[in-house]
Amino acid sequence: MTDASRPRVGLFVTCLVDAMRPEIGFAAIRLLEDAGCDVEVPTRQTCCGQPAYNSGDDVSTAAVARQVIAAFEPFDHLIVPSGSCAGTIQHGYPALLASDAEWGPRAARLAEKTHEIISYLVDIRNYTPGRLRLEGSATYHDSCAGLRELGIHDQPRRLLATVDSLEMRPLDGENVCCGFGGMFCVKYPAISNAIVDEKADAVERSGADMLLAGDLGCLMNMAGKLNRRGSKVRCFHTIEILAGGGDGPAIGEKS
Amino acid sequence: MTATTRPGFKARSDAALANSTLKTAIDRTAERKRAAALARFAEYEAARSRGSAIKDHVIANLDHYLEMFERNATASGAKVHWAATEAEACDIVIRLCREAGAKRVTRSKSMLGEEIGLPDALGSAGIERVETDLAEHIIQLAGEHPSHIIWPAMHRTREQVAELFNADHKPPPADDEAASMVQSARHVLREKFLSAGVGISGANFLIADTGATCTVTNEGNAELTTTPPRLHIVTAGIEKLVPSTSHAMALLRLLVRAATGSELTQYTTFHCGPKRPGDADGPQEMHIVLVDNGRSEMIANEFRDMLRCIRCGACMNHCVVYRQIGGHAYGGTYPGPMGAVLTPVFDGLAPSRDLPFACTMNGRCAEVCPVEIPLPMLLRSWRGRSWRAGLESEPMRTGLVAWAGLARRPSLYRMASGIGVRALRLLGRSGWIGSLPFAAGWTRHRDLPSPTGGTFMERYKAERGKRPEDRR
Repeated sequence: MTDASRPRVGLFVTCLVDAMRPEIGFAAIRLLEDAGCDVEVPTRQTCCGQPAYNSGDDVSTAAVARQVIAAFEPFDHLIVPSGSCAGTIQHGYPALLASDAEWGPRAARLAEKTHEIISYLVDIRNYTPGRLRLEGSATYHDSCAGLRELGIHDQPRRLLATVDSLEMRPLDGENVCCGFGGMFCVKYPAISNAIVDEKADAVERSGADMLLAGDLGCLMNMAGKLNRRGSKVRCFHTIEILAGGGDGPAIGEKS
Repeated sequence: MTATTRPGFKARSDAALANSTLKTAIDRTAERKRAAALARFAEYEAARSRGSAIKDHVIANLDHYLEMFERNATASGAKVHWAATEAEACDIVIRLCREAGAKRVTRSKSMLGEEIGLPDALGSAGIERVETDLAEHIIQLAGEHPSHIIWPAMHRTREQVAELFNADHKPPPADDEAASMVQSARHVLREKFLSAGVGISGANFLIADTGATCTVTNEGNAELTTTPPRLHIVTAGIEKLVPSTSHAMALLRLLVRAATGSELTQYTTFHCGPKRPGDADGPQEMHIVLVDNGRSEMIANEFRDMLRCIRCGACMNHCVVYRQIGGHAYGGTYPGPMGAVLTPVFDGLAPSRDLPFACTMNGRCAEVCPVEIPLPMLLRSWRGRSWRAGLESEPMRTGLVAWAGLARRPSLYRMASGIGVRALRLLGRSGWIGSLPFAAGWTRHRDLPSPTGGTFMERYKAERGKRPEDRR
């Protein structure tokens, strides 16, 4: 029997964090444990299926969805360090499997207990980080799925405000898409580039040392553009900062 | 209008991106005063729900309201015509113009008219067409189609308009200031208003319980188009129906704020039948052409919600893609998110299949839509249809199917991702990868951060191995 006050959460790492920046996954574990959770990482996970979902391949998406549901339904919560993947599990899966008598209800139950990590920490766990200190200034980009599908807006700002010496600066068009869009950025690279170029302009105008966001896809897009432009802005996932990783290498910096 | 005869979407969008004047023009107009207007509209969210409910109710009872509208419009002295297709709609309008012996027609801005190809149809029939909306006048002089549903000439800067007017207007405008150019257009158009045999307008609302049609403009050109000529022809999509005038007003409040950020249009006119005995003015005949053009099919399929659209343009004003490439690159009558949903309905999915994919799914369009249309979901439905119809390229299909196969075999997936990560780390020893042949779409414009080490799953397994108390 587990301690009832300690929820047993399954961490959905996401394919991008798994391959490109595992530090985000470890930051997630640290924060969740600090917030009183027992964290497990089910091995039968790969990706939430968005590449297929956004390409219109509903059959493949449904197959991946069933695998995620089966792997995570034993847990009290599924926690994911990405608004985009959380949105797919919370909204995409139930819609996709709605007409399936067995999997429809299971998808709906999993959706109920799936949370993007920052909103989970604030809204469900009522979490405040311990004393954190980071010299410098940062600006925050609202990733679209987190903002519009899940209503994540105040939570990251509230947690970041607890970090000593970190000055938060406003970002023009903070709620405007960065142009990533998953497959969109490689299918329509010229349009994507024009969009992320404007985002990079805004980030540089903010004068902040750091750019923070809650989705690695958007971060890789913006960081990659900023680096190509020769910008010195350092990019981190919000939870890396909250887990005390702001002194470590930023995205693209040699570890 | 079909997209097949034009260069493809990618060529069109590349050309648009290379056109810096276009970007300047778009940046000058988009978003404007909308946020401030909505902030003053305290009950906006409630109004939005009500507007959506009105449209849903009409769509669910369309046959009832169509019959009611026809009955009441006929009783007011108007003649109602039914057109199943764009070709039928144009034929009816051309026949009416010919029967009236009209050599010149004036037209007040109507996107439905563009949808059915009426400008070209009038041209082919040898009937002179005079566009009376200022922006449509600009478009006509330039020989173009609208690039925005509210500001048809949004893609042209004031400087470019001055060039067109200087070349065409006799005498040319006094100077290049907006006021002088408007004055010049007014002067040129005034004579034509009075000499046209037929005036053609669209309708923002068709009001079932009175049989009236409603047009809104900011220039007063609709009134001058519909009043002096002997014939007034209205062309309207059947989704424009509302039960009553008060329902029209509820939607009008949403339409104007969402479209321009104003509280009300300068001119809101209800046209109810032709001139009656004793009326000071008005047309001798009023004809209303109700156009289906794929709409009744949408009632029964996954695009039904799109019939709520009141053509405000908010979705395109807030679309990151539209704001980079403008309206013409979309290649259909309607651009932006709503156009990406509608163009495949009118032109077929095969020639327009890029449109539902050229979207980042950021959801801003649905957020600003005054009638709560889930635009990204509808675009996703087109993506599903495109996949099922096999319209994706073969490498794309094969790649995705292979990826999905891996994603369903976690141990095989780990092996593949482990290899991939190692390969990327070799290429990106500096921390960044500047060029990657199979991801050229990414690295042409931005660097790819190199993976920071082994995969999370590998590292997690290794770390947990060192912490036996955590092993499960």
